[in-house]
Parts: sequence; structure tokens; C-alpha cells
Amino acid sequence: MFQQSSYAEQLTFFQKLKSFDFILVACVLILGLVSNLSMFSTDGGEFLYHTKSHLIRFLVFFILMLFLSFFSLRFWHSTAYLFYIVILGFLIWASLYGITASGSQRWINLYFINLQPSELMKIAIIVCFARFFHREQITNVSSFKNIIVSLAILVMPIVLVVSQPDLGTSILIAASGIIVLWLAGLNIRYFVYSGLVLLISFPFVISFLKPYQKLRILSFFNPDRDPLGAGYQIIQSKIAVGSGGLTGKGFLQGTQSYLEFLPEKHTDFIFTLFSEEHGFIGSVFLLIIYGILIYRIIKIGSISRSYFGRLFCYGFGSAIFIYIAVNMSMVLGLLPIVGSPLPIMSYGGSSMLATMIGLSIVMSTKIYHKQIIN
Amino acid sequence: MFSSNDSNVRKFNTINRRVFILSIAKGVVFTGILARLFTLQISDNKKYLTLSDKNRLREWRLPPVRGEFKDYFNNTIAGNTEVYQLHVIPEQVENFKNLMVRLKIILSLSDKEFSKIVKKKNQQKPWETLIISENLTWDQFSKVNYYLHELSGAKPVLSVARSYPFKENYTHVLGYVAQASEKDLLNNENIKNKHVPGLRVGKTGLEKSFENELIGSNGVQRYEVNAFGKRIKQLNFQKGDKGKEIKLTLDTEVQKLCNELLANKSGSISVMDIYTGEVIAMHSSPSFDPNLFLYGISYKDWDTIKNNPNKPLINKTISGLYSPGSTIKPVVALSALENNVISPNFKVRCTGKMEMYGQTYHCWKKKGHGIVDLRSAIIQSCDTYFYEMSRRLGVDRLKVTASRFGLGNKVFNNLYKEEKGGLFPSTNWKKANLGQGWVLGETLITGIGQGYVQTTPLQLCLMTAQLANGGFKIYPTLISNKYQESLEKIKYKMGQNLAKEEKYDSSIIRTAEEFFRPGEKDYKKLFRNQENVKFVLEAMFASTNQWNGTSYKSRIEDPKYQFAGKTGTAQVKRITEEQRELDLETSQIPYEDRDHAWFIAFGPYKNPRYSISVFVEHGGSGSKAAAPLAKKVIKKVIDRHEEREKLRKRNLVNI
Repeated sequence: MFQQSSYAEQLTFFQKLKSFDFILVACVLILGLVSNLSMFSTDGGEFLYHTKSHLIRFLVFFILMLFLSFFSLRFWHSTAYLFYIVILGFLIWASLYGITASGSQRWINLYFINLQPSELMKIAIIVCFARFFHREQITNVSSFKNIIVSLAILVMPIVLVVSQPDLGTSILIAASGIIVLWLAGLNIRYFVYSGLVLLISFPFVISFLKPYQKLRILSFFNPDRDPLGAGYQIIQSKIAVGSGGLTGKGFLQGTQSYLEFLPEKHTDFIFTLFSEEHGFIGSVFLLIIYGILIYRIIKIGSISRSYFGRLFCYGFGSAIFIYIAVNMSMVLGLLPIVGSPLPIMSYGGSSMLATMIGLSIVMSTKIYHKQIIN
Repeated sequence: MFSSNDSNVRKFNTINRRVFILSIAKGVVFTGILARLFTLQISDNKKYLTLSDKNRLREWRLPPVRGEFKDYFNNTIAGNTEVYQLHVIPEQVENFKNLMVRLKIILSLSDKEFSKIVKKKNQQKPWETLIISENLTWDQFSKVNYYLHELSGAKPVLSVARSYPFKENYTHVLGYVAQASEKDLLNNENIKNKHVPGLRVGKTGLEKSFENELIGSNGVQRYEVNAFGKRIKQLNFQKGDKGKEIKLTLDTEVQKLCNELLANKSGSISVMDIYTGEVIAMHSSPSFDPNLFLYGISYKDWDTIKNNPNKPLINKTISGLYSPGSTIKPVVALSALENNVISPNFKVRCTGKMEMYGQTYHCWKKKGHGIVDLRSAIIQSCDTYFYEMSRRLGVDRLKVTASRFGLGNKVFNNLYKEEKGGLFPSTNWKKANLGQGWVLGETLITGIGQGYVQTTPLQLCLMTAQLANGGFKIYPTLISNKYQESLEKIKYKMGQNLAKEEKYDSSIIRTAEEFFRPGEKDYKKLFRNQENVKFVLEAMFASTNQWNGTSYKSRIEDPKYQFAGKTGTAQVKRITEEQRELDLETSQIPYEDRDHAWFIAFGPYKNPRYSISVFVEHGGSGSKAAAPLAKKVIKKVIDRHEEREKLRKRNLVNI
């Protein structure tokens, strides 16, 4: 056991490089290319601000991912709690001194970058739980103490993010956390119980929502209620996707986005733009790339000898899936509009950074898949 | 260690099992998203493609080009002229306030105009064209072009607008156009459908009556717009159709002469072809320049027009109702002859007044005419003779003849909304409308064209025409139609009707033939015995051409122009005995109390073709104020005759 671990740590640089998951890297590069071309289209076919900064971010964070991939899995294991606490600290900082934009106080100023800690929390919560359940006996997982502690870990960031207010991100953090708890083997009846509690408390939750959030939910059920107001985004997004047809309107030819009918086209609605320009074929292609990406992440998790690595990969892969599913369902009118970016595709540094960090841990799991952490 | 290992295995088993379950769930969700994509992009593609086009395509309608009016000689009397306009589309302007301030200086707009434009801007949608100025002078236009680089958003445009080249000459015939009002849009579906900001529509006259023909159709520009309505690029342009051209029967030369003759007077002159019914001139005075209404009339000009006591806004020719005075006498005489009340040899002794039913009825000539027969009573317009004759005739029989010749009825059917029918009284009428029995004295004054009887100048022109053509019904028209019947055919029809034995009094009711074939013109006879008509016409000739006739001074001896006429001097106020004693000159009487001057005539006498009526409001006596004007007009009309006939032959399609 000891020998095996020391063997892994003695890997040479080239050995590490050789055990890289190139399919995963290829998927990320393809998504990066597609996202940059889409961004170029949102700028009206010109190399302008959004395209420029998205490209820079992608390149910097991609290189950062490659670099972080060389860190051993043990490093991630040992810094997991620290990572969580630092991000939690950032969240508290954001709620105290954060930068307010469009009515929400989400960003903190780190002098060289404006960071949105809630995005990083999506990863941090998975790392933290992976570490938390790493040493736990399966019989102990559902113990009272564990449930209380893991609930505390989960609820603290959610409360902070909800108060920003940022409903979309907090739902995604909650979803990632709950998935990891489920994977860790938490007794299924707790999920049933909390599901029931959620259902009963739903009307009360609704009464706590902000008026604009209520409007969004109402207009989800009936977009024509207020076609120029709250329902506008859903309607225009569906028109854009629907008018794309089988092959799309062509690169840089999406009238809905080019003529500015599409809202938030850089961020949450980037898939709409892509789908309008490249049609059903393009959309299916994108879905396949994302599918391969998720499959690779789960696959890497399944070969990992350490429970930490396995739980993280399973959790992260599932979380990525949830982000994609929520974002796409939202722009296709299957879910109410909540702010949720599409990983790698959407404009936004923090989201990109979080995804890249997550991917580098996955990559590290692949390289050090034989490593066993005590 | 073992238990730990065992636990570890169980732990790994759990997580593997659960991730498997999760993977199935993911597959289901992915399939759901794929299915959704399929319905949106493949099944409902058409629907969303339409919606997307609806989003991005927008049409702009351009104002239609209005059809023109031509006179008989193809001169444009209401046309379109190119105007320089300045348009701004507010949403395409970065800083509207700055632009407006710049424009205010460049165009030297007044504060009032400035605030009016700003007010208009706030009333319309930001992508709608705001018309800063509808009619820039060349100076302003070139100035705007010079400064255009600093006026981003302002667009100098070459547009078309209505123009009336003959200004006040045709005002009442044509009416005028002005910006469409709410009411116009409500009343006319066609205007509503074609409306664009700044559209001009007919407000009165033929411009209003023929609105649907004149308006034309909108041009359409199709643009791609963005979500804020801003035009991105023009996709196509569809040219609109110009409105229909309408050709009138009027002669501008004659019309202009009428205008000159009535300058500084209030009144009306109308000229008609006694066979075809074509109106050759009809002018009402005072008039005004209809071009004033094009760009919104100024308060000052409007006040001047509105407050003019001579009422320039009223088309007196068809809407002015006046007592016809002695001009009615030919019809009264004809009625008496037709009803065998008197013979032409019947004589009356005129002493200047006549006592009847306890009242005194005066002849215009204080000394009296002595013994007069019918012919000299018409020549000298002896009132006493007509009192006696009307007394024997009775008002009801007179009304039948007068109505048949057009008195008390509208001349044009529905051509003008403002036309009035006038009134020819009868015993029944008085009973029904005033609730009183007819007083015999009223018959006497009706016989000299006073009292209840009210006619328009054009009615008298039509009456004269229908006498002059030998007593046949004609169909007055203003619109020159190339399918109308030729002169020869009309004359032929009249000849046929003359030979036809027709029951005398069936003609007041519409005949069955007329009822079932409303388009058919029958030119039926309006008399029983044409000799009576001829007698009256000869008396009218003598009235102008015999030394003691009332209009002898205005005669023309050249047979080419020789005409026959009848004067009329209508009292507007009962004259007291004192005033009668004073016997004042017209100029000594206050304007509003002066008599109306009338003159009706037809010519040339040997082969009549045209009838005329001249009316001068408060002009004094017919022989002094009206007949001299008629003389000049008749001369002009006959001078123009040959040219008109040449054109008629060319215009008519042989059918």
C-alpha cells in the first residue's frame, strides 16, 4: 500500500503527461473553440470586447488547468477543507463588501480580477464533501452527527448566495451538494423526507421570493401572459431555437441574436444563439461533446482507487450534467428562467475558472488514479 | 483492517450502484432535451420561422400620390408639386434635444413651431417619421444640406404635395385638402387603411367627394429592424399607384374671367352647356387660396377667411340660397301659358301699384307701365302684370312648372355634400311646415320671385338652360366622361321626345322607365306645347335687344354673340312707404340692405348653346350690376366655343 503510493508520487513529468486524458482535453478544446466562435457571433462578427476577453480567459484558465493537473490528488485532498473555507470567506466578504451589479451583490474585487465566489463554491462544496466522506465508514455515513455537519456545510453557502440574491447559483450549489450526499451513500429515506418537506414548504418559499422571481415562475407556465415583459426572454429564445431548423441559419446569420431580440446572449442564452445558427444538427453535436465530457469524468472516477477521487469525479460529472440540463431546459422553455451559465460556453470568468479547477482535479485523479489516500 | 476493508468494499459498491442509477437518470433527461430540440427545430420550425420573420421585418407605408384634376383643356388645376421636407426618425437620433436646438437655429423656427414639433414627437412612436418641416424653402433646404454632417438623424426629403396652380379660381369647385383628422379616419375606411402621418385628404368640394378615387395606394418599404425597431437595411420597395385622374368640364379661361369680374364683390357666376349639361364655369366670390390649407393654415389667415362677412367658405353657386327675383318670370309666364290661364294677348293696366286683399303691391316702376301684354311684361319686367297672372294661376300650378325646370331641387345628385336644394313653396308645403294656411297675397309675391322661394344661382342657370334648349330636361355634370352621349345624339333624343305624345303631368313623378333604368338619360320634354317655350324665349330676347328691355344696355349686336336674358333684382328687406318715397340710389343704402342683383341669359340667340346665371349679392339692380358681367362672360364663352367643340370631337368615343 505504502509502496504503491510512493510509486505514484515518483512519476516523471512525461509519465504524467502520458497519462493525461486526451479525450477530455479534446472535448474541452472543442467546447472552447465553439464557445469562442459563438462569442464572436454575439459581437456581430467582429473581434470585440466579449470575444477578446472570453478568448483570453479560456486560454489562461485552460493553461491553468493543465498546470494544476500535475498537482497530486493528495494535495487536493489535504487542501479540500481549506479550499471550502477560503471560498466561504470570499462569500462572506462578498456579502459585506461585494460589488453590486444588476441588483445583486455577487462579486468581490481581487484587484486583478472580479471574482464571483458563488461559482467557485459549486466546486468547493463537492471537494469538501469528497474529503468529508473519504474516511467515513459506510455504516456511519447516515449518523446523526454526519447529517448535521454535512447539512451545515451545505446550508451555509446556500444562505449566503440566496441573500446576494442569486437564486440560480444557490439552486445549483444545493443540487451539486445533494448529489454528492446521495452518492456518498446517505440513507435514501432522508432524501424522501426532505423532498416531502420541500414540497410542503413550497408555498411558503414562494411567498419569500422576490416579485421578479415570482414573475419568472408565472411566465414560465404562461409566457404569453406578458410577452414584452417577463415572458419576453422565453418567447424570444424559443423563437430563435425553433427558427434555426435542421441546419440553422448559418454562422453569423442568426437574426434573433444579430438584431438583438435575444436577451443575455453572451451568458445564459449562448446555447440559443448557437442553436439558431447551427440548427438541430449543431445542437446535437454540442450535446454529444458534453455527453463525452461527462462520460469521461465518470469513467475516470470509476478507475480511481481512492474514494476521494471517485466521489469527486462522480459528483463533479453529475454537477456538470445538472448545469447543462438546467441551462438548456431553461432556454428551451422547459424550466423557469434562473440564472445558470452553460459550462465553458457561457461568458463569465468565475464560472470558467471553477469548471477548469474541477477538470484539473479530475485530470489529477486520472494521473494519480492508483494513489491511495489515507 | 478486514472489517475496514469490508466496509470499504461496501462503500465502493454503494457509490458505484448509485452512480449507475444517476447515469440512467441523466440519459433520460438528455433524451428529454433532445426531444424538445426536435419539436422546436424540426416539427415546429415553420411556426417559429414565421415568428422570427415577424420580429425582424417591418413595413413602412409611404404617403400615396394623389390623383390630379384637369380642366376640359387638360390643364392641371389640382396637381402635385415637389416639396422639400425635413424628416427625423427620433429613435435614430442620438441626442434629440441637441438636434432640435441645432435645427431651430438653422431653420430659424419660432418657439411656437419648436414646441409644436416636440409635442408631436411625444405623441408618436419613436420609429415613426417625425416631419420637422413639410415645406422648406430652397434656402432652408440647402442650408440643412450644408450642415447635414452635424445633424445626424435628420433627413432632407424630396416629397410631393398638393398644389392648386390657379389658386382661388377653383377653390369652391375643388375644395381643398388638409391633414386627415380623427373624424376623416372614422368616416372613411379607405383613408384609415391608407393613413400615414401627414396624409392629406379632401376636406370639401370634389376633393372630398372623390376621395376614394383620388387617394391612390401607398408605396411600401420593407426593412429589417432590430429589437428596438431601428432599421438595419432595406429589403425591398414597392411603388404605390397614383390616384385616378379626374377631368372636369370646366374651362379655366372662363373661370378666370368670372373670378376677375367678381373681384371685390360677393356673388356667383355659372355657365352651362344647354344640351350636354356640362358646367363650363362656376365660381363663387369671395374666394381664397386653397394652398393655404396644405401645411396648416395660420391663425391669422384662418381668421381673415372665417370672419369675412361675405363668407368665402361657402360655395354660393350651389349652397347659397337667395330669392331669385324677376329671373323667375320666364317660368311663371310659361306656367300660365301652359295651363291656359292667359293668352299672350291678355292685358293688364299697370299704375305702379295694385290694391289687393287690403294690401298694396308695388311695381318696381313707380309711375307704372301703362297697358301691357305678356311680351312687354317680360321685356320690362312689369310686376303688376305678374301679380295678376300669378293670382289667376295659383301657387300650386306654378310650383309644378318651376320644379320641372329645376327650381327647389339639387342640381347635382350627390356630387357635393354641401349642395342645397332650396325651396319652391306650395300650399301643402306651408301647411306642413309652417302649420298655416296659404295666403293669396303670398302667391303674388311668389310670382315675382320673392317670399318663400329660395334658389341657388346654379339652379337658375339650369332653369335657363332647360328653357333655352327648347324645354328639355338635361343632366348637369362637372365630370368630363368620354363615354357621355354626343351632342347629335342628345339633339336627336330631344327631337324624338318632341314628337312623342306624353301625358302632361306624369313628368313630375319619376317615370317607370327612369325608375328601372336609372343610368339612362331620356332628355324628356318639360312642356305641353313648345310654342309657349318659344314665346318666352323670344320675349327674353326682346328684353335684352329691344330698346325698352331691362338689359338693353348690355346687349351685343353682333349675331355671333347676340344673347337673350332676363334681369332680376331681389329685395332682401321689406321696403317701407317712407323708403319708397325717398327712392334712394343703391350706394346710399347700407350694404346689407341693398338688393341682390341677378341676370340669367342664353346665347347665341340664333342657335343657343350656353346658359349663364350671374348673381351679385347686395349688388343693387340686376340690369346695372349683373347684366354687364354676363355680357363679358358670354362673349368669352362663345369665343372659346370652337376650340371646345374641336376637343369634344376628339374626346368622345364613338358608341
